[in-house]
Amino acid sequence: MNLHEYQAKSILKKNGVETPMGLTAENPAQAMTAAKEIKDKTGSDKWAVKAQIHAGGRGKGGGVKIAKSIDEVKKYAEDIIGMQLVTPQTPPEGKKVNKILIEQNIFYPGESKPEEFYMSFLLNRDTGRNICMYSPKGGVNIEEVAEETPEYIFTEEINPCVGLQAFQSRRIAFNLGLKGSAFKSMLQFSQALYKAFINADCQLIEINPVIKTSDNKIIAADAKLSIDNNALFRQPEIAEMRDITEEDPAEVEAGKYNLNYVKLNGNVGCMVNGAGLAMATMDIIKLSGGEPANFLDVGGAANAERVEKAFRIILKDDTVKAILVNIFGGIVRCDRVANGIVDAYKNIGEIKIPIVVRLQGTNAEEAKKIIDNSGLKVFSAITLKEAAEQVKDVLK
Amino acid sequence: MSILVNKNSRVVVQGFTGQEGSFHAAQMIDYGTCVVGGVTPGKSGQKHLDLPIFNTVEKSVKETAANVSVIFVPPALAADAIMEAAEAGIDVIVCITEGIPVNDMVQVKAYLKNKNSRLIGPNCPGIITPGEAKVGIMPGFIHKPGTIGVVSRSGTLTYEAVDQITKVGLGQSTCIGIGGDPVPGTSIKDAVELFEHDKDTEAIVLIGEIGGNMEADAARYIKANGSKPVVGFIAGATAPKGRTMGHAGAIVGSKDDTAEAKKEILKSCGVHVVESPADIGAKIITLI
Repeated sequence: MNLHEYQAKSILKKNGVETPMGLTAENPAQAMTAAKEIKDKTGSDKWAVKAQIHAGGRGKGGGVKIAKSIDEVKKYAEDIIGMQLVTPQTPPEGKKVNKILIEQNIFYPGESKPEEFYMSFLLNRDTGRNICMYSPKGGVNIEEVAEETPEYIFTEEINPCVGLQAFQSRRIAFNLGLKGSAFKSMLQFSQALYKAFINADCQLIEINPVIKTSDNKIIAADAKLSIDNNALFRQPEIAEMRDITEEDPAEVEAGKYNLNYVKLNGNVGCMVNGAGLAMATMDIIKLSGGEPANFLDVGGAANAERVEKAFRIILKDDTVKAILVNIFGGIVRCDRVANGIVDAYKNIGEIKIPIVVRLQGTNAEEAKKIIDNSGLKVFSAITLKEAAEQVKDVLK
Repeated sequence: MSILVNKNSRVVVQGFTGQEGSFHAAQMIDYGTCVVGGVTPGKSGQKHLDLPIFNTVEKSVKETAANVSVIFVPPALAADAIMEAAEAGIDVIVCITEGIPVNDMVQVKAYLKNKNSRLIGPNCPGIITPGEAKVGIMPGFIHKPGTIGVVSRSGTLTYEAVDQITKVGLGQSTCIGIGGDPVPGTSIKDAVELFEHDKDTEAIVLIGEIGGNMEADAARYIKANGSKPVVGFIAGATAPKGRTMGHAGAIVGSKDDTAEAKKEILKSCGVHVVESPADIGAKIITLI
């Protein structure tokens, strides 16, 4: 689950990570009040005005501005709230901005030059251990840094039994070229960030940039947090932070019925039991000359109710020209699934697009008969090869 | 012969009296697996499916000489169940549970480092040696004793492959579903290595998917050490970048963990890669 920047920063702050003072606003008046309060508390006379959407590259699309006066805060708030923000990570039509974050300026002049670093915590799947990845080249696209100057990317592997050790935090601070009070601040910063990573069951924490201010503080200027969905049961406060307006409505709807659905842009919908077989079915659609319109795992209990819900969700997408149902009935019997499909079809009424149903496994022959004798516009198949041929035919 | 489980395996079921545990324990017994009992804390002394229930895995090992465990406990308690089995000296721990937090598995993996247990899963269908022992939730009847070793990150896609292998007239030595999570106990390479050393496995079917580097690791092992033909399929060629496709571990993060990249490296290491999952059976029969 992804979080907004302001939510991510509230989690970081709770775990002792230094963040800029910031307040959210949903209209220009709130933005001006927020800016005044920030000035009163921090003395900052410049403000960052930042669109809160689940996508990176917000600055490139005009979603992040530096305001030099309260009037500018108002102007930028007016510009940004309600806009369709397009960034390299959003869909082409962009995402609507409902909320902005007003923050104190942390690039103020002082005894030294501000510097920007990069730091993230994530799982290294090769070793099954979490790592801290960091770089003195912050504030830029880190994938490009890794590609062009890999010598500027450093990692610390973390032993989960003892956590991030002090010597590792020192190595991080040394590699970032810090000394004096900035060095000490960085020790505290990396420790607090790891604490947040574990306490909040994060999949990813990415801070880009980490700022060393002109007075040698270390601050998380931006924050991207992704939470492990499997751990939400023990993170009730974080689960509350879910913003469904950031998600595809059909995916949200599917989630209510425990259907695992991902919307894609193709013309052939599919409904499958099991994630691996679902991916393989999408691949079959492509090999048959179509493009998959979705990923949909109906799970083990492919009963009439679930099948009907799944059909309805797929049919909401009017670019779908055909549907391939692919069920491997192991423990679940194919004839039951076939009856479920027939019932679901009848409950929905007329379905205007062809449906190919492939049922393999326990009682596959009986299942095929049920489909063939149903009188519905449904093509049946038993082997995967037959199903692929049927899809080819209906797309002609 | 076979790998990891056989007719001499003595299986204890953790989460024995729960709905899933009960149902699949009965199915395993039906198949002929030697299930010796179950663990449900607080129910020691009672019987379930005519078998003894124990409070701890340790006790079940002492009383029944169990050497394999299969775990059906809910995700919040599953990491603990794995560690309990390892502590009790279980040789092969099969964790079926889906939805274990990643950081729990990171700790489990570290915990298992100094133990002699092998973990299969989590979030997996389990392991079966046809005709001898079924330790998991796969439908037994699609399998047939034979010489093809199957390793996969999936459930139903594995059944699909197994069914094709059986229908072309071959059988399986052992089938392992290593699971769809980002931190599995046994990797594809581990399974391939076991099959390589199993004298009764003639050929291997390897079913991978997007996300992670496990298939590349296995490919390099096959190139350096493999003496048996391997058929490979990678699911998810049409999956978009950055989206989790059902399995927590099935997500394309970079250009190296796409289906295309994985197929390329498998091919370059001598694996017979099929583009369509419908061709797995047809391909393997040409190599035997």
